[in-house]
Formats: sequence, C-alpha cells, structure tokens
Amino acid sequence: MKKPHIIIFSGYGLNTEDETKYAFELAGATADIVHINDIIARPAILKQAQIIVFPGGFSYGDDTGSGKAYGNRLKHHLGEKIEKFLSRDTLLAGICNGFQIITNAGILPGALIANDPPACGDARAGSARYICRWVDLEVKGNSPWLAGIKTISIPIAHGEGKYYAPKETLAKLASENVIALRYVEGETAGHFSLPANPNGSLLNIAGITGYNGRVLGLMPHPERAVRFTQLPHWTYLRESYSRQGKALPTGAPGLQIFKNAVNYFI
Amino acid sequence: MVARITVTTTIPDARANGYLKTLKAIFPTISLEGVSVTDAYTIEAKVSKRDCEIVAKQLTNPLVEKYSTDSVLAPESYSYAIEIGYLPGVTDNVGNTARQTGEDCLGRKFKEGEAVYSSRFIFLNGDLTLQDAKAVERELHNPLIERATVFSGAQTEFPIVVPKVKLARAGARADEVDLNVGDISLEKLGKEGIQDAGGKRRGPLSLSLRAMKVIREHFAKLGRNPTDVELESLAQTWSEHCKHTIFADPLDEVKEGIYRRYIKGATEKIRQRAGKGQKDICVSVFTDNSGAIAFDDKYLVTHKVETHNSPSALDPFGGSVTAIVGVNRDTLGFGLGAKPIANVYGFCVAPPAGGPNDSTMLFRDKARKQELLPARRILEGVVRGINAGGNQSGIPTALGFVAVDPSYRGKPLIYGGTVGLIPRRLNGKRLYEKKAKAGDHIVMIGGRVGADGIHGATFSSESLSGGSPATAVQIGDPITQKKLSDAIVREARDLGLYSSITDDGAGGLSGSVGEMAKESGGCVVDLDKVPLKYQGLALWQIWLSESQERMTLAVPKKNWTALKKIFERHDVEATRIGEFTNSGRCVVRFGNKKVMDIEMSFLHDGRPIEIQKSKKVMHTHKEPTASERGKDLREALLQILARPNIGSISFISEQYDHEVQGTSVTKPLQGKGRVNADSAVLQPLPDSTRGIVLAHGYCPWYSQIDTYAMTAASIDTAIRNAVCAGASRDYLAILDNFCWSSSNTPERLYELKEAARACFDIATAYGTPFISGKDSMFNDFRGFTESGKDIHIAAQPTLLISALGVISDVTKAMTIDFKQAGDSIYLIGETNDELGASEYLNMLGLRKPHGLTKSVYGEVPRVDAKENAKAYDALSRAISGKEHPYKLENVRMSGCVASAISVGRGGLAAAIAKSVVAGQFGANINLKNVPGNAKRDDSILFSESQGRILVSVRQEAKSAFEKIYQGLTLIEIGKVGGESVSIELPKARVEASVAELTTAYRSFFRNW
Repeated sequence: MKKPHIIIFSGYGLNTEDETKYAFELAGATADIVHINDIIARPAILKQAQIIVFPGGFSYGDDTGSGKAYGNRLKHHLGEKIEKFLSRDTLLAGICNGFQIITNAGILPGALIANDPPACGDARAGSARYICRWVDLEVKGNSPWLAGIKTISIPIAHGEGKYYAPKETLAKLASENVIALRYVEGETAGHFSLPANPNGSLLNIAGITGYNGRVLGLMPHPERAVRFTQLPHWTYLRESYSRQGKALPTGAPGLQIFKNAVNYFI
Repeated sequence: MVARITVTTTIPDARANGYLKTLKAIFPTISLEGVSVTDAYTIEAKVSKRDCEIVAKQLTNPLVEKYSTDSVLAPESYSYAIEIGYLPGVTDNVGNTARQTGEDCLGRKFKEGEAVYSSRFIFLNGDLTLQDAKAVERELHNPLIERATVFSGAQTEFPIVVPKVKLARAGARADEVDLNVGDISLEKLGKEGIQDAGGKRRGPLSLSLRAMKVIREHFAKLGRNPTDVELESLAQTWSEHCKHTIFADPLDEVKEGIYRRYIKGATEKIRQRAGKGQKDICVSVFTDNSGAIAFDDKYLVTHKVETHNSPSALDPFGGSVTAIVGVNRDTLGFGLGAKPIANVYGFCVAPPAGGPNDSTMLFRDKARKQELLPARRILEGVVRGINAGGNQSGIPTALGFVAVDPSYRGKPLIYGGTVGLIPRRLNGKRLYEKKAKAGDHIVMIGGRVGADGIHGATFSSESLSGGSPATAVQIGDPITQKKLSDAIVREARDLGLYSSITDDGAGGLSGSVGEMAKESGGCVVDLDKVPLKYQGLALWQIWLSESQERMTLAVPKKNWTALKKIFERHDVEATRIGEFTNSGRCVVRFGNKKVMDIEMSFLHDGRPIEIQKSKKVMHTHKEPTASERGKDLREALLQILARPNIGSISFISEQYDHEVQGTSVTKPLQGKGRVNADSAVLQPLPDSTRGIVLAHGYCPWYSQIDTYAMTAASIDTAIRNAVCAGASRDYLAILDNFCWSSSNTPERLYELKEAARACFDIATAYGTPFISGKDSMFNDFRGFTESGKDIHIAAQPTLLISALGVISDVTKAMTIDFKQAGDSIYLIGETNDELGASEYLNMLGLRKPHGLTKSVYGEVPRVDAKENAKAYDALSRAISGKEHPYKLENVRMSGCVASAISVGRGGLAAAIAKSVVAGQFGANINLKNVPGNAKRDDSILFSESQGRILVSVRQEAKSAFEKIYQGLTLIEIGKVGGESVSIELPKARVEASVAELTTAYRSFFRNW
C-alpha cells in the first residue's frame, strides 16, 4: 500500500512542526505543514491526508489557558471536518500543546492544567512552573501509534501538563484501557535521580488514546528523540559503547512511534 | 458598553498554591492560610449579555473552571482581595488573546477603540492586617506597569476598571523647536528634552551642547528651526546607543577610535592572515544586525548578543522578554532573514537575598517614593521574562549564566543572544545580502505603534535616576513575533518578495527606516498610514516609538499584493507607510505636510566627533596575610560551591526549553548530577552531523584590578569552554558585549582602552575573529539611600565574550562529567598564585569596593595565549581523535577523552567538584606537584589561573593522550572512583563525600 500523507497543523504560536515533519519523513512518509487558516479556507485538503498532527508549541502564548484559544478555533471552524476525517480509518495525534488543543476541542477527554509536582527528594514541591526534562513512560492498551512499545524515554517541555479528569472519567479511561502512557521510574529518571511524575498528573497519565487507539494525545515529545545524540545521557552511553568496542547507535526511542503510524497504512 | 467576565478554578489550583508558598516564604510573619485566584476579562465593546455568555464559555474549560458575567467570583470567605491589572497602554497579551477568542466566536472583528483588558484577583485568607495586605500587594505588582487595588473582605463590590489610554495632547501634530536660545537653555534642551506647552520636559535627548550647536548651525543655514520630529530623530540617530560614539570617536592617540583599531582591526588582521581562501570563516561581520560565519557549503550561522539593562531595572519581566524577542529580530533581520535556532542569556545581579527587601533600600528620587526593586525581584523577573520570551517563541535556550556582584545593585546587566541559520543562496540570490531600492514600498509588519519605549535609545545612554522615563519599558509579545517570524522565514523570504529587512528596535521606525534608507539613498514616510494602538500620539512619538514585534521591509511594488496575502494568512498586519527613494533626503509627512526633511548625510554623519581623553589608573594591591586567609579548606570548598557564582542554576535551566527544534546535543545540565555547563553543542540540520558549539566567558571581578587582564581572561575562558565541548580554535569566532559604567570619566576611558587593547592582542593571538558586538556604556545608578543621602553605584566594567564554533561531527561532542571509575584525571596548564579578585578572596571578604586608590588583594590571572593555544589545539585533537587514534582490542578508537571541564571561577576546587557532582563519582587527587608557582594549599585549590583544563581519560587511552600533550604542561593528578573526593595538598588533605558536594553545589537556589 501507498505510504501515508501527513498534515501538520501550524500557526498562532505552534512551533514544533519542522521536527515533527522530519520524524515522519525519517519514518518514510510525506508530510506538509499547513497553517490552520489555510485549512479553514480549503478544508478539502484534509481528504488527501491519512494522518493529522497537532504539534507542540505555545499557541496564543497559553494565554487564557493552554490550548484553549486554538482549540476553540479548531472546534468552531473545523469540528465537523475533523469528525469526518476520523470517520475514515485515519490516525490523529496531539503532542504537548497539540494534546492541550485536542482536549479543549473535545476530541479527547480531560484537561491539562498547571504543573503541580509532588515533593520528592530535593525537587521543589508545588512549583507551578514550566519544566523541560526527559521522562520514562510505560505503555498500555492497543493503540497503533504505540504497537510493540513497552517502555519509552522521551523529553517533556511544558508549563501545563498535569492531566486532570473527574473521577468517573478516570475510571472510564482505565476500564476502557485507554490510559496509554504513564510516567514511571525508568532509564532516565533513574540516571538523573529525578521523580517519575514530573507534573503531578493524576494516575501518572502522560497520554491517552481515543477512537479505538487511532487518536493519541500525549504531553511528551517523541519527535525530539529520534537520534542517539539527542539523548540526555548519550555521552555517558558513548563511553560504555566505545569501551566495549561497539559502534554507536544512531536512532532513539521516539522514532518508533512515527514508524508505527506509517506502518499502519502499509 | 463595559462588561466583565471572571473565571476561576473549581479544583485545587497549583497557581494559587504557588502564590501561597512564595508569599509564606517572603513574609514568614504574616499568618496567611490560603490564596485563591480569579481571572478577570473586562470587555469594552458593543456586546450583548448573550454575547458575553458566549465569550465567557470560550474562556472557560468547564472541566476545571467556572465563570460569571455578573460578579467577581470570590471564595466564600477571605480577608483581603488584591486586583492587579495593567496600566493604560501597557501590552496586555492575555487581553489580546481574549479579544481574538471573542472575535472568533462572535464572528466579527472588534472595532477601533474596542478592547479586552485582563486583570487578576488574588484573594488572601488568614489573620492579616491591612498593612500585611499592602505589603503583599507591593510584592505582587510593579507600579511602573501595573495597577493594584486592595479590597477588604467586607467589600462585596469590585468596581470595573477600564485601563484605556487617554492622551491629553491634541495628538497628531509636529511642533517647531526654537534653537535660537542661549547656551544654557540649549544645553538644558539637549540634556532634559523638549519642553511641552505645559512646561513638562519630554525626556532626555542626550545631546551634548556641541551637538546641539551643530544642529542649530545646520538649521540656521536652512533658515528655519527644526521640528520636534527632526530633533528627536537626530537625537536618537546620534545617540551613544545607536552610533556607539565612545567606541567610534578618537581616544587619546587612537585617532580612528578603539572599535576600528582594536575590535574590527583584530578581525581584519585575522582575515588577512587567513587569506581569502578556505580558512577564513567570516562571511558577514559588523555590517548587519548579526555577525555570520560559514556553517557549511550551503548555510551560514549567525550570532548576536544584546543587553537590555535599564528597562530590566525598572520592569525585570518586561525588560527581559524584550531583551530576548528583540535580539531574535536581529536574527530575522540578518540578510533577508535567518531562522532563530538558539537563545542564550546572562543575568548579572546583586546578591539576591531572601525576604521582601534587600538589606539596603534604595530610591530613584529624593522624596524616596520610587524604590529600586530588590535584587531578588529583579532576578525572579528576568528569569520569568526569558522563560516567556524564549519558550513561547519555540527557540531552544541552550546556554546561560548568573553572575553576582554588589556593584550590579543599581543596574542589573541582562544579556540576551540569538543564533540563527540561513541558506547562503536561494534561486541564485545571496540571502545574506540586502539592498532597499528606490521605488520600493516601505512596509511595516507586526504589531502596532503605541507610546511604549519612547526614548529607549537615548535613555540607555544615561544613568538610571528618578527622571528615567517609565515609558522606556516595553513588554514583548512573543506570539505576535512568532507569527511574523513564520511568515518571513517559512514563506516570504524564500519567494523573494522583499529586497531588504530590518528590525524596529532602538528608535523604532526612525531607526529602521533611517538605516535602510542608506541602502537606497533616501525615503519618504507617511506617518498617517502607520497603524496605531490608540489615537492621540504626537508625530514624533509615532516615529520614535519602540513598540515591539515590528520589522520594516523594502518591498518592490510588483510584489506587494503577494506579500500582503501571506501576512494576512498568518494573521499579521502589514502596512505600506511610504517609499524608499534616492533623493538623498529623509522626508517624513503627515497628510500632505512635511514634518521632517533632513539630508541623509547630515542625519547619519552630521554628528560632531568628540575628542576623548583618558587618564591612567593603577590599582595597587597586596597579598592577603596569613591570618586573613581561610583556615578550614574543606569548609571553604563546600562554601564556595554554595555561592551563586558557582553553584547550580538548574531552577533556570529546567524551566527553559532547550529541547525544542530537536537540535540539542549537549544539554545545559550535564551528567547524572545535572551540573550547569559553560558550553552547548547543537545539531541544526537533522541530516548533517555538523554541529554548532556555543560558549561564554566573563570575568568582570578582575576589573577591580586590571581591565586588560579581565578582558584577556574573558576571551580565554570563552575559547577554553568551547574547546572543552569539542570545538577547535581554527573554526571559532567570538562576540564582544561591553557593559561599562561612568564612561565619560577619563579613568574609565583608560580602563576601556586597556580592555579594547586586550581584545586585539588576545583575539589575534588565538586567531578568533570578532564577528559582532555591542556596548552599553552607562550602567550607573544615581539615587538616594533610605536616609536620603546621595548614592552612586557603578556596575563593575563587565565584558561578556560569546564564542561560536562549528564542528564536523557532533558525535565527538564532550561533556564535563566524570564517566567511569578507574579513569585517570589530568590537569592541563599552570596553576599560579593568582587569587586576585577571585571567588575565594571575595568569599573571605577580602574585596574592597571599587575605587581608584583603594588597595585590592592579590595578583589577577594573566593569559599566556601562545602557550594556551598549543594546549587547546592538543585537546581538540585528543577529543576528535582525527590524528591520534588508538587501539582497543584491535578496534581503532577515535577520541581519547572521557570528560573535559574548563577551570574557571572557583579554581581547581570548583572544577574538580563539578566533574565529581556531574558524574556522581568520587576522586582521589594529589595536587602536591602541580606545575606553576602556586605553592600554598589555598592558592592551589582556588587560584583562577587561566589556560587550565581538567580532563579524564580511560586507562587504555592514556598513552595516546600523553603523546598528544608531549612538550606541553600536563600532569596526571589522580583517578576517578569511590564515594568521596580526597585532595592531597602540600600541607593538608581535603576530603568530602560526593553527597556533601552535591548538596552544597545545589544549595544556593534550592528554594527558587
């Protein structure tokens, strides 16, 4: 089958379109970065795509709440078109600000609110502050985006990444087995002695899925973890590899998510 | 009509808890039990009750928030409420987003004069007094940009405030300024500014009497007086900020000025030596908004570092947002537009103590009403500013530092820098060259014009005092700029739609249009076409306003429609405001009336040259006596790690996104123990392993003894930091940022000349060309103490050197952390008895305030560039392994270095501790025989001798490594391993556990 085509939304302060496009291309697909206003003007272009991505960034500067203004714009002008797109056998992802956007637009349940990490070791408690670091995730469920992945380490960078939903919703998510990504203590948190949950997310939720796993929303950034030299401890690993006379790896864990998405259509 | 929507959370609010935690820490004696926050959006527009409901729903996430359109949502009980909103005319980003949300859901654009204003209610609960609430109010708002009101808990009504700009002036007019006055009046006019009809001065022109006389003469010949537009325009064009008069004008025997001889001269000498062939890395230096070197055959890499000191003293948040988004535009304004790919920052502040105020309260005015912000609030504010500016722009913040010294109490030094990437050519056109042509439209893009930042250029040429204009503060809007940046770099540039571009920075349109008009030979501007934030601005204000997020383009007429379309799609305003000409004149009109008509030659070159004289300064110094020296070296080691000049600033590094764009190779925090690095490596293109190395060097404390040595050490440190990360000297350029004070005194000019001379000597010795630079010459504060006494605080002469290098393979990049137990530790370079102005002597209190005759302690580190260059080149070879590979189990290995850290502030003690904490490995070290003349235990540990590097090497690579260093100063000083560090010194032995060192290293900013 033909390789899929991806449309990556841009505009109003989204800012990780380029690296997201590159990750898909590395995985073998073609991708276009398109301004939301151009899609509103010509929504028919969504018909040519198999995958839509709302990438990371800072739409509207997080003013009035992260993802709110962009999510509203999306819902108003393209709500039906997105529903129509998802009625086909397509994939959609919201990464970081994109996750905040698709929850605000009602595509996935829940909300992403100000970081509120619990006290842990020497880490500050209750600091509602932007945080940039690597996290380790445990994978559950059966989303095509995450096929074959058990654990994965990739970076986060956000100020409002605490996943929140009312108890009933959380229970429903758990029973439907759609809490796809949870923060756990793994390779990087262990290496750097950092708490597993960086933002106080309920149930350590880092990402959830909808539409039978075809829609993935996640706070961490897999597109920033596609090369070995992007890892936070790669110079440390380099010493181990080279002392064992081994060649350095080239890839990094995030790439598999993009490969999975592409393979879904092949 | 005016309506108000308020929104508050329905679940526990981390933001409110953050307030509670912060306020409890600052006011331990106030019994504060709870804080809650409500956001308010005040809509001044024709909206119905129903419209209001629709907008409110959009502003509320029903899962976690609720809204009201009738009243201010307040908790059931509270003691006091504080409302904080912006003052009229201050950029309100949240309000702007709320307006756009409203427009989107109501399906109509708001009319001129309609707006949404944001404010915030903070409810305090606990047993507070009114005084307590007022103290909290003072802590939470900045009266220069914000308004705050305290309400008692008994009050149920919160009156609506509409912070609309109302300008008393008749507005759009230009006034004649009579220059036919006596010298005293003329001098006053130059110093304090033009007098309005009401008698109020508009703010400094910063023109000397000589300059005023030249202007008077010029207009006398024309037979008329200048308009205020003309005079203000000349003042800003001739300002120290724009023309760098101190660096440009003759100083003593240096007739061509110190910039031409020493800075530009160094680059010219290096480029000549390299020849025009392959080894000359410079492509565009000193001519454009940034400097550029070759990255590879297809791309150039640009760099520019700016300061934004005076505005940051008044409004640290707004000042530093503007610092970073402003310097981003120096990247977008390089050539036809480079893409910003990394930000750097530097904060020089006074010791940031806890509590509501520093021990010293200072005032800008004699009446002691205008208090200088405490150092803690300045640091908090500037940290938040770069957070907002950098993170929201999607540009990784790769590198930065905090430097602390009491002399920064009056004015902090706030550095912001941006690295850019630009293709060399596109469709056969060189993208790094530009030229506005006669007939091109002058197009202003981005934000609108308000009264923000008026007199910024002339203001920064003055001391900070009670007369400092509050309008000098602008607040950047990173999202408007991001939209503008996308439209330029993603589309308009590559379609070749414009012939020139420049940032609207200092002096606003007068600066950008004035500069670009040099390319074509003239311009005509119609001020009535400039889009305004609000009505009522005088014409000179429109022309000079420094409202942010604006750039100016020169657009060939045939391209206008296509260009306009692109900007519309990106939701960015683009307006034709005039035309570039070749008339040789800068003409500004309003309606059909000329309000400015000046020859380009007079505007740019009419400024009188000032002859500057310096006077030699010698600082006598003595060595500290035995009793003054520290006793307990273990204690000293732990204490020095706990100082803000050395300890962790991870609270900053972690809140700045350094991973965005996916280019980060070595991180701001390195190793298991997350230690701040002084360099960063990036891979800008995903398909090429070529990398960019960034590094900084600053040693301002040495200025107390010798500015030549200070400069030499700063350059040496920047180069050394870059080399430790994997760069090599033959592909390394540097940038200079001078922050001086009292620069009109002969003594400071002498120190400046010495520093400039060192720039030439050291840069040419290393072969590292300057590619861009900037200076800020009056970092002085003149004000009053708590008891009303006059006080003058001059920032110590500070030079930031930023290094920019290119490496061919990022997989060779190096980090500072020890990697494995059993590795050998080497010290490169000599350790001399050079404790002068060191962190160690500062810590012991052996630092005298800067004065011309007072004695200071110790020899300051000197740089032996010739010897250091050999050692640095050897390290580059050892790291890359190109020439000296070695074998391991018959596998040919490349690099033989496992870690490298430059020895800098805090000396060997700090360097060893940082590698230990970063690697979370102990070390056994013997410093009894280190080369150099340092013989005392504390000198060996804490001397800051330049040219030194601490390296760890695996056993199998030792012989290869030592071979590379044959004939150079190198000593093996120990081994990595264990859970503690043990350092043998001639007399004593110092021991500390890895855990103790880690705790000390992280202690200073632990609770920030």
